[in-house]
Amino acid sequence: MSRQRLGTRPATRAAQYVAVVCYLIFLGFPLVWLISTSLKSPQEFASIDPSFLPKHPDFSNFTDALEEQGLVRSMLNSLQISVASTVLVLIVSLPVAYALARFRSRLRPITNGWILVSQVFPVILIVIPLFMILRPLHLTNTIPGVVIVYTVWSMPFALWMLQGYVAAVPRELEEAASVDGASRVRTIVSIVMPLLRPGLIATAMFTFISAWNEFFFALVLLQDPQLKTLPLVLARFVGAEGQVQFGPLAAASVLATVPSLVFFAFLQRRLTSGLLSGAVKG
Amino acid sequence: MSTVTAGRPKQNREAIYLFLPALLPILLFSVYPLLRGLALGFTDARAGLHVQTNFIGFGNFGKLLHNDLFWSSFKIGLIWTLSVTILQFVAALGLALLLNTNIRFRGVARTLALIPWAMPPVVVAIMWRLLLHPTNGPVNEILQNLHLTDHPINFLGNFSTALPAVIVVGIWVGMPMTTVTLLAGLQGIDRSLYEAAAVDGAGGWHQFWNITLPQLRTVIVAITSLDMIWNFNSFGLVYVLTAGGPGGKTMLPMLFAYNEAFRYGNFGMAAAMGDVMVVIIIVFLAFYLRNRLRSQA
Repeated sequence: MSRQRLGTRPATRAAQYVAVVCYLIFLGFPLVWLISTSLKSPQEFASIDPSFLPKHPDFSNFTDALEEQGLVRSMLNSLQISVASTVLVLIVSLPVAYALARFRSRLRPITNGWILVSQVFPVILIVIPLFMILRPLHLTNTIPGVVIVYTVWSMPFALWMLQGYVAAVPRELEEAASVDGASRVRTIVSIVMPLLRPGLIATAMFTFISAWNEFFFALVLLQDPQLKTLPLVLARFVGAEGQVQFGPLAAASVLATVPSLVFFAFLQRRLTSGLLSGAVKG
Repeated sequence: MSTVTAGRPKQNREAIYLFLPALLPILLFSVYPLLRGLALGFTDARAGLHVQTNFIGFGNFGKLLHNDLFWSSFKIGLIWTLSVTILQFVAALGLALLLNTNIRFRGVARTLALIPWAMPPVVVAIMWRLLLHPTNGPVNEILQNLHLTDHPINFLGNFSTALPAVIVVGIWVGMPMTTVTLLAGLQGIDRSLYEAAAVDGAGGWHQFWNITLPQLRTVIVAITSLDMIWNFNSFGLVYVLTAGGPGGKTMLPMLFAYNEAFRYGNFGMAAAMGDVMVVIIIVFLAFYLRNRLRSQA
């Protein structure tokens, strides 16, 4: 920063602007094109000379996409799975995150090791045994089966986030409560939880989005067309390249992205301040 | 500070109560599958319901050594991992440096830089298929208007262009995480270092090489080693972009293993491939951990 302040030559400045514009195009153009495609009529899409922005934007692609029975059902499936696993992750992770942040127990290094391993392990080695465990329990090809898997596999990241938020709650507040005779559980519920609200919301959103976007586990665990999640149905549309209608496909893709965009808009500042700082700085 | 002075045994006990609800699901659906997965590579497990599974030692690995598809997928996996990680790092460092100046459009660029992260990987793949489409895609349109090519290129369908095209998409997807991390690192550098250097007459390049890079070292090693691992494990994006084609030219190790397991039912063989991947990952992880230990010391 100071480098600029201490006299940036106009040539350097110009080069910086050129670079920023290039980045903006590289990062932003694909998304603009997706949205623009979703708003183009079939005739306009097929024209030999595609325009950057739709000449007569219309929403027929969106209504077409929503008329596809499979798509709406898959959205509801995704919604159910994402909500259920988010709620479960929070319930199960909060006490663990609290213990990790507050106690110097032997479980701490073990859990942190597990968190790291689970972030870097090739999922193929996990999904095969999971499949073999869930099958005799009749949980493959069911929504509860996927919810269990998402809950367990979202926990490492949720714990990573929540730990930091718990550690930021001043310990003195809890000590005051325990001096007043409040039990540990009481302290967590009435003192720690309210202060953790922003952290809980952020973690909930992260968990929701990772479930909403998840592809691999769903691909392996869900075969029944009635149960498929949104990413699976979108991917299947692509497979049928010959007949695929790009307009509705683009519209459905835009719809699938909306929840994450809302969430990122909401959390932007926190994200740019370095979500991974824990992982990076040690 | 009762929680700190209390003896370890008491803390262990209290911690265990809080862990209890999580313990069973973690053990059953995470720890056990992890270990079982590692072990499966040494068996002839198959997909069927009541098939007997036998321990066969290194049998699967022997077969892999003689499988040309395995070697080519491994090579493709390494090319993909190294190119995506390195190019993404260079691009992300450039962007992070720009975002760390008082340049205009910083807010817009910062928001846009996060968007790829927010999108479902499947949607990213669909979007790039639209962009790279041979007849309706804007990329071909632009190249033809600039007379860089006289006929449309089927980027994802040609033997020679498929892997580079997929790598570009990989770079696009991974930019946010790397940029954000590097930016956080840049913001943590003590500004007085630059001021002192400027007083000594050091120019921009000099400052970059002698202050910025050395100061960022820990962050750089951490994020690149994690990126290497994540890219090496990548699946969904390429599965939807090309499904490993054309002619296996984009068959990443994970796609090879997925086909082996869920197309041909060879669970043991797929797990053996996973075991080989673990060995590579351990190498990258060693860089990460060594770096972490050193930064704590």
